[in-house]
Amino acid sequence: MNRPGIAAFFSSGASSVAPRVDALFWSLVLASAVVVAVLVLLNLTFLIRYRRGSPARRGPLEVSTWKFEATWIGLTTVGFLGFFFWGARVYLDMERVPADAYSINVVGRQWMWDIRHPNGRREFDELHVPLGRDVRLLLSSEDVIHSFFAPEFRVKQDAVPGKTVSVWFKPTREGVYPLYCTQYCGTKHSQMTGRIVVMSPDAYAAWLTCGPTPRIAERGRELFTKYSCSGCHDQPSQIHAPPLLNVYGSMVPLQDGTFVYAGDEYLRDSILLPTKQVVAGYQPIMPSFQGVVSESDLLDLIAYLKSLPTAASAAPQPSPAAP
Amino acid sequence: MSLLVESSKAPPRMPSYLEAGHTVRSWLFTLDHKRIGILYMAAITVFFSIAASAAALMRIELLTPAGDVVTSETYNRLFTMHGVLMVWFFLIPSIPSVLGNFIIPLMIGARDVAFPRLNLLSWYLFMAGGILATYSIVAGGVDTGWTFYTPYSSTYSNGHVMAMAAGVFIAGFSSIATGLNFIVTIHKLRAPGLTWTRLPLFLWSMYATSIILVLATPVLAITLVLMAMERLWGVGIFDPKLGGDPLLFQHLFWFYSHPAVYIMILPGMGVVSETLAAFARKPVFGYRVVAASSMAIAILGFLVWGHHMFVSSQSVYAGVVFSLLSFLVAVPSAIKVFSWTATLYRGHITFETPMLYALGFIGLFTVGGLTGIFLASLAVDVHVHDTYFVIAHFHYIMVGGMVMAYMGGLHYWWPKISGRLYHEWTARIAALITFIGFNLTFFPQFVLGYLGMPRRYHMYPEQFQTLNVLSTAGASILAVGYALPLFYLGWSFFFGRRAGPNPWGATGLEWKTASPAPEHNFETTPVVTTGAYAYDAEGNP
Ligand code: HEC
Ligand SMILES: [Cu+2]
Ligand SMILES: [Cu+2]
Repeated sequence: MNRPGIAAFFSSGASSVAPRVDALFWSLVLASAVVVAVLVLLNLTFLIRYRRGSPARRGPLEVSTWKFEATWIGLTTVGFLGFFFWGARVYLDMERVPADAYSINVVGRQWMWDIRHPNGRREFDELHVPLGRDVRLLLSSEDVIHSFFAPEFRVKQDAVPGKTVSVWFKPTREGVYPLYCTQYCGTKHSQMTGRIVVMSPDAYAAWLTCGPTPRIAERGRELFTKYSCSGCHDQPSQIHAPPLLNVYGSMVPLQDGTFVYAGDEYLRDSILLPTKQVVAGYQPIMPSFQGVVSESDLLDLIAYLKSLPTAASAAPQPSPAAP
Repeated sequence: MSLLVESSKAPPRMPSYLEAGHTVRSWLFTLDHKRIGILYMAAITVFFSIAASAAALMRIELLTPAGDVVTSETYNRLFTMHGVLMVWFFLIPSIPSVLGNFIIPLMIGARDVAFPRLNLLSWYLFMAGGILATYSIVAGGVDTGWTFYTPYSSTYSNGHVMAMAAGVFIAGFSSIATGLNFIVTIHKLRAPGLTWTRLPLFLWSMYATSIILVLATPVLAITLVLMAMERLWGVGIFDPKLGGDPLLFQHLFWFYSHPAVYIMILPGMGVVSETLAAFARKPVFGYRVVAASSMAIAILGFLVWGHHMFVSSQSVYAGVVFSLLSFLVAVPSAIKVFSWTATLYRGHITFETPMLYALGFIGLFTVGGLTGIFLASLAVDVHVHDTYFVIAHFHYIMVGGMVMAYMGGLHYWWPKISGRLYHEWTARIAALITFIGFNLTFFPQFVLGYLGMPRRYHMYPEQFQTLNVLSTAGASILAVGYALPLFYLGWSFFFGRRAGPNPWGATGLEWKTASPAPEHNFETTPVVTTGAYAYDAEGNP
């Protein structure tokens, strides 16, 4: 894993995006080195040549200064724009999650990483991922802001409480790689570290099934009753609330006449911020569960809602674990 | 800059500002901008020493991967204290409040700043803020980092956050008052003939700085008040559990703090322009462009705050726009570096201590600026954000840039401040030690960051140890470089050789009057007839 010392400096990383980031980084190093070398050379030459009392010729400049100024303003601007486009290009690809990425939930909590795989297998501070798959992490936080940083993958994303943020990568080398929290999150921030284990797809599939896999959807059903969601949503009910079958993956009509795609994000919002998007034909009477359900209960609830019969199998579903 | 003194008959000498009263009262209630500058100098030296000791402790802790010298709680309090004191109680007031206060009226041929009472009030506000911040440290400390990110600071942290924030809040008003004072002073009190295009570049940079101080600092004040409302009364603003948005805090905070970065570098650029002109004995190359670039930095600097938030989950497109603007704000800085280099061309260069600091500044600032380009490049920032790479980058700007410039400016104007010269070779060696120590401390941190060592880590994986040991070794050398001036400048204040009005043979109105400066600066109001840096072909003023 951690190749010691300087060797790691030239490592090519372990994700599909790493070589692209490195190419940009080393080009910047090279360009900077050239600029520094030119400046040092010029400065030293002038300092020596024009030290006081030296015989060098002085006198006013023959060329007007604006020509120099225009030249270096032009050159730096063009150079900078070049690097801007390059950096933005790679960044946009890093931010665009492939549609069929394999999703894993990651919750940051003071001071651990709580990780759930699609089949319910749960692990802490250790993330197992299959080699060669596009892996999408759904990051959230239960308390303060944390940041998921996998240096060998050149990937970093803050885990912000109150929302889910996606980050993705495609591991290209089997091995064990470090994982750090890079957003200061309190006393044991420096101990909020872990490991990422990249395994062959077969080994990953085997690993997924061998460990304890709590039936999260079942736990979610219990929570659905515990938080008295069922009181409103289970049919028949005295209260006019939408049945939650066929919701996930559908286009939900809203009160303001628009439609919204009901993905994970929507389910989360419906529970935490019910007034944000009110379903057409219903009153906004659902209470907010912000601060009531914990992040991990929320994930179980969402898992339960997703396990209900869904509208169309046409909806982009997370593909099965092993490819 | 030549001037005509109306009466050439020597009038009876005015007492210097140092001789005008020797009681404590005469200092604490002074309205003289020069004495107020000295009061600031004393205060920030104390804050610097406290903040530097915190850094020293951290560097000792980081000698080994395990957390064996202090606990994590203490370590987190140390870096918070280091950051808060260095930023708000040393760097921001350093050149503006000490050298700016002392030199601006002298440079423009005025008797004082526009509002002397407000000036004194600024110092008292600064001290009140500083004492509150110190209280919060003594009472048990704060562990939020100088950035006070929510919801950690507003809900989770158990330190004395409110006292610390109140200290920063109050000190902010001192910044605003000082900025206002400088703007009015530069507008209204310039000597006859000192037009805008004849202003020394230090004044241009101080003018730009003052605009930032006045426009940005109120946003910090508002942000801290909002944070206090959430922390004290549970008003949901930033904490999502209360219905708030944690990113809002970051937007507000960096809307102040990115411009504040320029408060911490523009004045340094001004000092460097002055010293280069004085020791190359010729005008700064491209005066107008250099002056304009200060203003461009002040304005563009308000539009780039989002580059601190590329991985915060702000919108991807916002990220792209902020990246572009961050590249653009680097152009005026690059212009300055090129112009300084060109200033040396065909000069009459000598290598006194202030010049060494200025040359050091150019080198270190260039490295800091270039690595800023790395951070503005989106894809690279994702990797190095919140690692030691960022720490190294901004220390190259803040310490390699601003502190070098402050030391350079202090040495340059020391004869005007104390009336005496320091021991030249001791000072040169101290400057060299600072330069070497600085690089050894911070260069390894670039590598550490690229290799993935996160910032604010009390403990770290073993593979990072070698570079950390190097960094700590550098810090101990740096400490010597900072301690030496305390001794030789202190000594020179009482026993140094008398300097005379213009020991460097520099232009500028401040060198036309006695050293130390007389109580009312000038016997008669000077009249300016030429542009700044009017040296003749032999490099004489
Ligand atoms: C007081 C009754 C009530 C309770 C309790 C309640 N809801 Fe709702 N819920 C509603 C109503 C009414 C709507 C439709 C109006 C709206 O969108 O706000 C709704 C909408 C929703 C939707 C969006 C449905 C769609 O068709 O798009 C979801 C998902 C949901 N609730 C989940 C939950 C969960 C999970 C809980 C328990 C944690 C819960 N609700 C508790 C009344 C309730
Ligand atoms: Cu953390
Ligand atoms: Cu910034």
